[in-house]
Amino acid sequence: MSEVKNNNTLEKVNTTEYTSKDFASDQDVRWCSGCGDYSVLAQVQRTLPNLGIKKEDLVFVAGIGCSSRFPYYMDTYGYHTIHGRANTIASGIKVANPELSVWVSTGDGDCLSIGGNHFLHTLRRNIDINIILFNNQIYGLTKGQYSPTSFHGQISKSSPLGTVEYPVNPVSLALGAEGTFIAKSIDRDPKHLMEMIKRTYLHKGTSFLEVLQNCNIFNDGAFALYTDKETKEDNVLYIEHNKPLVFGKNMSKGIKLDGWKAVVVDISNGKYSVDDLLVYDEKNKELAFLLSEFSENPALPMPVGVFLDIERATYEGELEDQIANAKKNADDLSVDNLFKGTSSWEIK
Amino acid sequence: MEEDKSVLPLPLKVNTSKHSSNFKPEIKSVADVTIRFAGDSGDGMQLTGTQFSDTIASYGNDLGTLPNYPAEIRAPAGTLYGVSGFQVHFSSRDIYTPGDEMDVLVAMNPAALKTNIKDLKKGGILIANTDAFDSKNLRLAGYENNPLEDGSLQEFIVHAIPITKSTVEVIKDMGLSIKVAEKCKNFFALGVVYWLYSRSPEHTFSWIQEKFESKPELIEANTRVLKAGYYYGDITEIFATRYEVKPAELPSGAYRTISGNEAVALGLVAAAEKSGLQLFLGSYPITPASEILQYLSGYRKYGVKTFQAEDEIAGITTAIGASFAGSLGATSTSGPGMALKTEGIGLAVISELPLVIINVQRGGPSTGLPTKMEQADLLQAIYGRNGECPVPVLAASTPVDCFDMIFESARIAIKYMTPVILLSDGYIGVGSEPWKVKKLSELPDITAVFKTDPEGFQPYSRDEFLARPWVKPGTKGLEHRIGGLEKQNITGNISYDPENHHIMVKLRAKKVRNIANDIPDLDVTGDPSGKLLVLGWGSTYGAIASAVENQRAKGRKVSHAHLKYLHPMPKNTGKVLKNFKKILVPEMNLGQLTKLIAIEYLIDSIPFSKVKGLPFKASEIESKIEELLKTKD
Repeated sequence: MSEVKNNNTLEKVNTTEYTSKDFASDQDVRWCSGCGDYSVLAQVQRTLPNLGIKKEDLVFVAGIGCSSRFPYYMDTYGYHTIHGRANTIASGIKVANPELSVWVSTGDGDCLSIGGNHFLHTLRRNIDINIILFNNQIYGLTKGQYSPTSFHGQISKSSPLGTVEYPVNPVSLALGAEGTFIAKSIDRDPKHLMEMIKRTYLHKGTSFLEVLQNCNIFNDGAFALYTDKETKEDNVLYIEHNKPLVFGKNMSKGIKLDGWKAVVVDISNGKYSVDDLLVYDEKNKELAFLLSEFSENPALPMPVGVFLDIERATYEGELEDQIANAKKNADDLSVDNLFKGTSSWEIK
Repeated sequence: MEEDKSVLPLPLKVNTSKHSSNFKPEIKSVADVTIRFAGDSGDGMQLTGTQFSDTIASYGNDLGTLPNYPAEIRAPAGTLYGVSGFQVHFSSRDIYTPGDEMDVLVAMNPAALKTNIKDLKKGGILIANTDAFDSKNLRLAGYENNPLEDGSLQEFIVHAIPITKSTVEVIKDMGLSIKVAEKCKNFFALGVVYWLYSRSPEHTFSWIQEKFESKPELIEANTRVLKAGYYYGDITEIFATRYEVKPAELPSGAYRTISGNEAVALGLVAAAEKSGLQLFLGSYPITPASEILQYLSGYRKYGVKTFQAEDEIAGITTAIGASFAGSLGATSTSGPGMALKTEGIGLAVISELPLVIINVQRGGPSTGLPTKMEQADLLQAIYGRNGECPVPVLAASTPVDCFDMIFESARIAIKYMTPVILLSDGYIGVGSEPWKVKKLSELPDITAVFKTDPEGFQPYSRDEFLARPWVKPGTKGLEHRIGGLEKQNITGNISYDPENHHIMVKLRAKKVRNIANDIPDLDVTGDPSGKLLVLGWGSTYGAIASAVENQRAKGRKVSHAHLKYLHPMPKNTGKVLKNFKKILVPEMNLGQLTKLIAIEYLIDSIPFSKVKGLPFKASEIESKIEELLKTKD
């Protein structure tokens, strides 16, 4: 049996039944060669056998965009819907049948631009779905226009002189939308990505995982700073619950709080030690906000990992409770009496 | 009627000078009465009208009601645009409409008088609240002189009553604030009308008890005011005549009043029960459709799931998700919301999932006239999507018909794996009439089949009705993918093949066209052929039925047919239409059905348009019928 402890209602299955191949559909994968999407697909297919979910209970839902072709490549139930609406269709599926394990694959345009409104409301409702955002900071399927996460000044086909708009920060947005699970990973770090996919599943409530994903055709190298061997260690901060925030080559640097401000300190020269560093707490929303804004400050590393994992009742759980209680407390469940209403009269 | 005056708590001190113990007004029996209550939008006119119609319905009259209220919730007091009205038409006969002209107008202020007096019959009764006819209110209503005093209302029977003062007087010992006390004045007016039409206020007494259960002082105050209004007629002798409308001869059984919106909600519950499916409504509040969401939200104990979405798009797409998961998905809206749901409807069409979409139409375009009625979304329902995107379109013709037609919409959606649009409108959505209550056992079963056998399963294979199989996620061995991209015939895989697209476009069209084999023929009331047919759809039913009945009673050769299935139309439609020399099509739009008839059957019909945010009057259609029958050709 799966070692994974989870509080989902899904029936556990012997995980040796499945291998990653069981989750691959018979359809040819049609992403560009070298696309970061392949990594996300592979890590999802590798992680699923370890989660103890029956294949038939899985539903992958997507909107429109490169990442939204994802459901076609999964041998599970899948629904490739319309632009921006994946979160709503996934919400409808999960509320209608809470027994299903519902996943959304979406992109920065799909989720944050045309579907921005739904993203906000899905998070605050805390419907137990798992959203994986493939963030490549560009519109790929329409061939290279800037997206809501493109950096200010980014040159693209629709911004030949650079964009004049400031990008949205997906983690901060999710925090502001009262998300209960918010995590971030990188396509080029399969081990971390698998761990984050597993955590995304384990959380009960809406889980949001942002994956930095390289579009090697229209925005190649957008995340090179975080993926190139020479630079990544000094620029990526792996956050872990109850652990001090250390990073850098040989783990020589750390994050220390200076009042309300986070600063980078050197812990290799004896002036500061690990004991001086900020210890991360994924249950602490203030800390999550603090770290989500690191990416706005070039002097600070970019955090990846679980920013927040807190418990709150799910929408579908409360709805099922309302229905169960209403049935239990009703003295009359006759639909005929509902039709009759409270002020009917007889004509003889 | 037994009248027990001992219940009157206080001696009334209003206009009692004429009182004499042997005063007995004449009671005159009338067949048919239309009353309109009109006042400020905060005056409680909707409540007053509802109470009156519930009371007369339970007495056994047939009735039709029509609320008419402004889009503003509490417009400034005394203004013309803040006037709210509620019309009740009740009869000892079978009736179809809330009435053309009024026999009685209750005007709670000058603005209500100004905006409604034009619909009062010559010789009709006007009950006016004199206390509200002060200089400020007269100015706001645009009156230079007080119409109650300047002789301008001579053609009516005017009863000027100090309603506000009488109300305050009867509860002045209770220590309520003036504001609270004055709020009871609508019940004084209601009491007067109950007396005038020989109806006991018992029903409203019970309602007051229930409504103010936790506020005994309000029970006392409202009860006293209602009684005071009721006995005002006896005590003051200002009315020489009381009226009585005998019960209508209706088939025996249990009855209730029902609005179209409530009927839609109940019809959806019925469809869920008869199909064994869970009902899921995704909806965003919008006038005049919000009540459907509200009613269904109250049905948790029947297992109904409602989802108040963040917008119209999420309203339909959550419902599509629920249908994909194996529920009966439904979404309710009005015109602007339909525009937003368009792309979602397309997804449901290509995904071939059952879905019920209810459009309670209102005046358009854009925000248009949110609280007024119109039927100008017909062509939108049939054609308003990108691509070749066929959707069955049905229309309800009366409040009660909303129950049957939503049930029918669900049946078609499930059997044919297709979204179905039901058109209602503000007129029948918020209007109400008596309903001979249906029992679940009287309704046909709806068969919902879920595929469970993986053997040879293909997501886009089809049954004899061209419907594809419905599979509940969670079913082992039937994992499959669907979506908005064109499907390969049978397998459902993505396909860009030109020949395949042509086949799929034709298959989807044929599936919907074939529904014509599965719906009732178009009926004709009156002769099956002749010089003139009045053809209608939707909420014009009442006005057309009354007009044709009246004209036929006068010996005129005119028939009526009413389309409940607009797409596809019943198979005999062309044949029916070709039997008539002329076809008159009254519509609350600029001739949309006329266009459809021309396209489908190459038949020239005569559009009769009224796009005023108001329903047709039977008399308007009668004049048109007379005009057409007079012309020679």
